Formats: sequence, structure tokens, C-alpha cells
Amino acid sequence: MNRVVITGMGIWSCLGTTLDEVRDSLYNGKSGIIFDQARKDMGFRSALTGVVPIPNLKGELARSQRVYMPEQAQYAYCSTRDALKDAGLDADFIAANEVGLIFGNDSSAVPVVKAVDTMREKKDTTLCGSGAIFQSMNSTVTMNLDCIFKLKGMNMTVSAACASGSHAIGLGALLIQNGLQDIVVCGGAQEINPFAVGSFDGISAFSTREDAPEKASRPFDRDRDGLIPSGGAATIVIESYESAVRRGAHIYGEILGYGFSGNGDHISSPNVDGPKRSLEMALRRAGVSIDEIGYINAHATSTHVGDTNEAKAIYAVVGDRKIEVTSTKSQTGHEMWMAGASEVIYSMLMMKNDFIAGNLNFENPDEDSAKLLIPAHRIEKKFDTFLSNSFGFGGTNSTLIVKNL
Amino acid sequence: MTKQEIIAKVNAALAEEFEVEESVLAPEANIKETLELDSLSLVDLVALIESNFGVKIAGSELVKIQTFQALYDYLEANAK
Repeated sequence: MNRVVITGMGIWSCLGTTLDEVRDSLYNGKSGIIFDQARKDMGFRSALTGVVPIPNLKGELARSQRVYMPEQAQYAYCSTRDALKDAGLDADFIAANEVGLIFGNDSSAVPVVKAVDTMREKKDTTLCGSGAIFQSMNSTVTMNLDCIFKLKGMNMTVSAACASGSHAIGLGALLIQNGLQDIVVCGGAQEINPFAVGSFDGISAFSTREDAPEKASRPFDRDRDGLIPSGGAATIVIESYESAVRRGAHIYGEILGYGFSGNGDHISSPNVDGPKRSLEMALRRAGVSIDEIGYINAHATSTHVGDTNEAKAIYAVVGDRKIEVTSTKSQTGHEMWMAGASEVIYSMLMMKNDFIAGNLNFENPDEDSAKLLIPAHRIEKKFDTFLSNSFGFGGTNSTLIVKNL
Repeated sequence: MTKQEIIAKVNAALAEEFEVEESVLAPEANIKETLELDSLSLVDLVALIESNFGVKIAGSELVKIQTFQALYDYLEANAK
């Protein structure tokens, strides 16, 4: 089995659009959550959202490339451009080698809405324009990135709800471990617009703490009242250790283990058993004991049932060991399809800079979170292995374990 | 709308949508070559004309419209 290492990272997040900006935001406990009046005007229960800059790609990409890209593909282009540069992968190398691409993405609402509006108004499908079909598909991110960057290896999108980005990395790692690819560009992308999350708001999943947006995301806190949707894109270049050494690439860390499971249970309510099995599988495949984990980046989104059951699952594995557990969603909101990838980057930045960002707004524990070591404020700590959880609707769970190198 | 108004309006719309300078839109120039249109982006040309002039160019007509002059003439005859 080949060892799998991380050699490049890029991010387009509500905490920043460079690794340095995001590191500083994590360190300083910055919140990326705002109140969006447009959502209120549309009848949302909660107008809270994460927000990222809209990239200006005119002049960088041709119209014939941009016309097929919905917003999340634009975010993913930026994070991937930066990750490839960070990894030292230029066009000549990519032309001469089969570099793979696996991204998590599970919606593309705006192009669908626009096309349907056009068809209803004009009764003419031609008027939807040439970009609509390519923007509308779940695989829009990978189809665009593959064509823009001329990648010639594995090319696919993972749609696994809020675990999409994490599974993308895990599946990419499996390809490398088994010698099927030397390098895979992995990540997750998430659109940020009212159409994408209106029906999610409709099932009362979002926090309505609108008077204090930065206080609304409070994973594990007793008084949490729901998640805050967010988004952007995150890209991680993973490759075999041999390939990285051969290229003389900078190595951030090693993906030791990928665990996964299905709950076989309720469509929206997570359980304890599924996530617990995902954690246990990741540890087993990584060949490490829980005592070697220095930090756990929880999935915890600030929903009642989700955080409670994750706390139970983590406690079932960690027990009374003192391992810091935080959810960076307290700063970012829930980046959904992107989260599993971005949270590996957030955790990596913390590991490389010897700190753990505080779990914002963790003021009072509940019965289950009280059993975990959850720092509400930033702590300075050296650690060299972290575990990152991502869970999604329908009961899809993914856990990654990454070691510093 | 006068023919000059049609020309001004369509040239401005084409230049913005397909990101070219209006100065390259010579009447006898080939549309597909000048705007670098492929079979996909021809769809966007049709949509652009419809949204600006309320005219849907049928496929059978589109193949006859090779130059900007031909497009101006078509619009003069058909624009609402």
C-alpha cells in the first residue's frame, strides 16, 4: 500500500481566500457569518449565512470557460489554482502525467432555477443558453476543473451530502494507496445563495439567532438552535509519498486513515452507531490508537440532535482521555459539501502553527458535550495527528486521520 | 428602430456578451470566426438576439446568417 501525503492546499472561505488569512482568522476567532436581508425578503426563517467574495475571473479565464461555471465552480477554480501552485504542479507536469480529480459537490441550484424560469416564460429550451446544462449538474465542479486544468486522470464528483468533501479525499487516498493514481486533486465546493438552501431553511434546521450573527453558530453549546449555511471551496492535492519525494514537493502531512459508514437509519437524524463505526474504522485503517490523536475536528454543526449524537460517538471512542474537540463551524457556519475538505485544511493550519482555535460560543455544555474536552477559546498546543469527522443526510459518515510530517 | 439603431444595439450586445471590441465587428466579417463561436455558443447568440430584439432565429435561418451584415438585414426585416 502506498503512503498518501498532502502536498498542496488552496481555500476560498468565509475566513479568507489565502492560507495565511485563514490561519489568522482561526487564530483570532473571527466569525464568517452575516445577516443577509435578501433572504429575509424571500421569506426565510433565518437570514444568517456565511459569505465569501465572488471571484472576478474575467481576464483570467476565457468567456468560453466561464460560461459553464456556476458560482461554486468559480470558488473551486480559485482554490484549485492556488493548491496546484502550492503543490508545485505546473501545466507541463500535468500534461505529462495522469493527475486525478475528485471533488465533493451535491447541488447546483441557481442554474436549475434560471433554466426552469426561462422554459416557463419563453416556452423555448434554446433560450436557456449553452451554459445551463453544464452548470446544473452535480458534477459541474469536476467537469469544469478537469477541462480548465487539463487533468487526465480520474475525473469524478462525490455527492454524499455534508460528508462529500471528506469522502472525496478518502476516495482519492484509496486510489493512491492502491497504486491507481500518483496524484489526485481533491476537495469540496459549496454554493452560497438563497435558492440552494431555502428548502433547508424550511425544515427549521437553521439558527434564528439573527440579532447576533457571530453568536449563532454554537456547536456543542447547551443553547444551540440550529446551523448556519455557508460555503466556498477547498482543494487539497494528495499524492503518493514516493511521487512527492521524487518531485521534491513540500509535504504537509500524511493521510493515515479513512473510515466510513452508513447509518441505515433516519434521513435527517443522525445516530450514534454509524459515526462511531466511522471513527473506529479510520483508527483501525490508520494503525494508530486513539491515544495518538492530538485533536479532533468535529462535524458538529450546531444542531441539537447532531451535536448530541456526535458527542456520544466521540465519547464512546475517546472515553475520559483528554483530547481537545472543537468544531470550526463555530466560525465558518456549515460549509456542507465543502466542509470535509476545508476542515482538513483548517486542522492542518492549526497543527502547523501549534494552536487549536476555540469552539466559539461554547458557553454551557449539555449532558453529552460536558464529557468532552471542548476549549471555548484558543489554546496554544503542539499536536501531530488530528482526526476530522464529516457526516451527512441519509446517514453517510466519513472520518480522516492526518499526521504531521 | 432604424437600421443604424439596430446595428448599434446588436454590436454593443455582441461585444459585451462575447467580449470583443466593437471595432472588430465589420459588416462583411464572418460571425462565427470573429466571435469565436462553436456549436454550443451559437445557442448563446440565439438567446442574445431573442432577449434584445424579441426575435427567435430558427436553426434553418441561422445557417444562412454568416456575416454581421446578414444579421443586420435579418433583424431589420424581423425585429419587433
